[in-house]
Amino acid sequence: MRSGTLIRVAVKSILKNKMRTLLTMLGIIIGVGAVIVMVAIGLGAQSQIEKQIQNLGTNMLVVTPGSSSSGGVSHGAGSLNRLTLDDAEAIERESLLVSAVSPVIMTFGHLVGGTGNWRAPCYGVNTDYQYIRDWPVASGRFFDEADIRAMRKVVVLGKTVADQLFPDTDPVGLRVQLRHVPVQIIGVLAEKGQTADGNDQDDVVFAPYTTVKNRLSGRSFIAQILASTSSPDDIPAAQEELALIMRDSHELAAWEEDDFTVRNQTELAEAAESTTEVMTLLLAAIAGISLLVGGIGIMNIMLVSVTERTREIGIRMAIGARGRDVLTQFLVESIVMSILGGAIGIGVGFAGASIIGRFTGWATTISPETVIVALVFSAAVGIFFGYYPARKAAALDPIEALRYE
Amino acid sequence: MDNGTVIRTEGITRHYRLGTTTVKALAGIDFSVVKGEMIAIMGASGSGKSTLMNILGCLDSPTSGTYELEGIRVDGMSRDQLADIRNRKIGFVFQVFNLLARTSALENVELPLLYDRSGRKLDSRKLAAEALERVGLADRMDHEPSELSGGQQQRVAIARALVSQPPIILADEPTGNLDSGTTLEILDLFKDLNNQGITVLLVTHEQEVAAVTRRVIKLRDGRIVSDSPTGNSQPLVAGRACS
Repeated sequence: MRSGTLIRVAVKSILKNKMRTLLTMLGIIIGVGAVIVMVAIGLGAQSQIEKQIQNLGTNMLVVTPGSSSSGGVSHGAGSLNRLTLDDAEAIERESLLVSAVSPVIMTFGHLVGGTGNWRAPCYGVNTDYQYIRDWPVASGRFFDEADIRAMRKVVVLGKTVADQLFPDTDPVGLRVQLRHVPVQIIGVLAEKGQTADGNDQDDVVFAPYTTVKNRLSGRSFIAQILASTSSPDDIPAAQEELALIMRDSHELAAWEEDDFTVRNQTELAEAAESTTEVMTLLLAAIAGISLLVGGIGIMNIMLVSVTERTREIGIRMAIGARGRDVLTQFLVESIVMSILGGAIGIGVGFAGASIIGRFTGWATTISPETVIVALVFSAAVGIFFGYYPARKAAALDPIEALRYE
Repeated sequence: MDNGTVIRTEGITRHYRLGTTTVKALAGIDFSVVKGEMIAIMGASGSGKSTLMNILGCLDSPTSGTYELEGIRVDGMSRDQLADIRNRKIGFVFQVFNLLARTSALENVELPLLYDRSGRKLDSRKLAAEALERVGLADRMDHEPSELSGGQQQRVAIARALVSQPPIILADEPTGNLDSGTTLEILDLFKDLNNQGITVLLVTHEQEVAAVTRRVIKLRDGRIVSDSPTGNSQPLVAGRACS
């Protein structure tokens, strides 16, 4: 039989029993739909995280007070705080690959002013910080070298802080109290959004590091030193260079381990991505199981169909159908059913992903690869689960089949 | 061997194994059929006529013996080869019509042509329509079997048997499910087809059906017990059809 005729015959016989066909396809529809939705959610989360990692800054390297270990016992990152401003200066002075460096002095700032008061992390940084984080101001300006040298009492607010204290006005030029010290707001930063782990990056106050260190009361420490290279290709080399400079600056002997950690953005990203990759795989696996169940549904119905149509098979054989013709006919039927179910499932998946995206606010991404894989997979399910019943049909004895009541 | 010989069998046997016993459904059948003959094969149930029919129709293979169809040895052929022989050389008509349900008359008749593997270009629609015209159902082509009377269904089945222009038509109790009026119509149709040169073998146990043929073969216990002309008019000359 020609392939056109085969498909026409298959479609006709599928349409003869619409309700049953629909129920059979339902398994595949749900399976494929679930795969599409689940993978869309997983990929959406992944691309969200990628975006957030990009959002951290440009070609960024982070030096944090590192884990020291004694006698094989690790004290964990930050157990010894040994970052100093000298370290930052040493990097700035000696590094050939790093084009921008900023210490990040961390303290908590209690702000009073505007409509009330607000507690937010306060970071003392230098002018490079804005470049490293790639973080423009929404209004006003970031502080400059002169502000830093003069230890001026100026602050730049993150968007959340500005919204909390000055919901209706542009606070640039206004004064607030930061830890009981009156400071002037010179700028508000653009919105940066959440970090991969859900922290609001805009809930922050920036001040010149000199000001934080010398003019604000209270404890402060250098939480990290940020640096960036001008080209992403330089990052691995810069990472090693920073480590050498840091060891030198900390006067570590050869046998001593690093008491700091230098990480780059990719490493930060990898940790987050591996989590979502596992999640995507898990979701796809669960959805895949439902596709498998759908396939078993097809096999079940095809077996019933072969029994029910034994006489038809006998007639076809009597008038000259070979075993292969019968096999192909039933196989094409199950493939047509599973592909049709797959196509509908893709539509359901698209709809489901967009509905879930709308109601939960999760990002969903449907890639063309997902669609193709889903279609190929459902066709494969049709072949795999249709083959056994089709073979059973093809192996029937024409005389027995004709006699079947 | 005469060139006009369509069927020639020699010592055909067919044994079935039922547990430990062997049932000899056919115990050596020898006969020949010449092109253009119209033959009735008669016998009580259990006489082996259905088994013989299945073997002549290439649905089954003999346990031993030779069967030549148009000079070609058919016994011992593979399943696929037998399917091709059935497709090209044999038209089946069954007692229970055996049409595909929910499928139009035209599509039912077209079916054998869809399995044609000879490679020739066929306008299957047109040929099927012509076959239906030949059996007088030109106006029922789009009807499904459930919308047709028994006689009409059997006509569709006959059209299906005709459509690939086989040298023989095998009819297994073709009037067994029809009333006497319709039986006559269907028998007339077979006579017409036979007059047009088609070899017809009818399996029947009804005397009046056998009466329209020109030769009756009687079976009992898997053997031919009689093979005689009925003395009907219009005897055919071997190999030449007259109408």
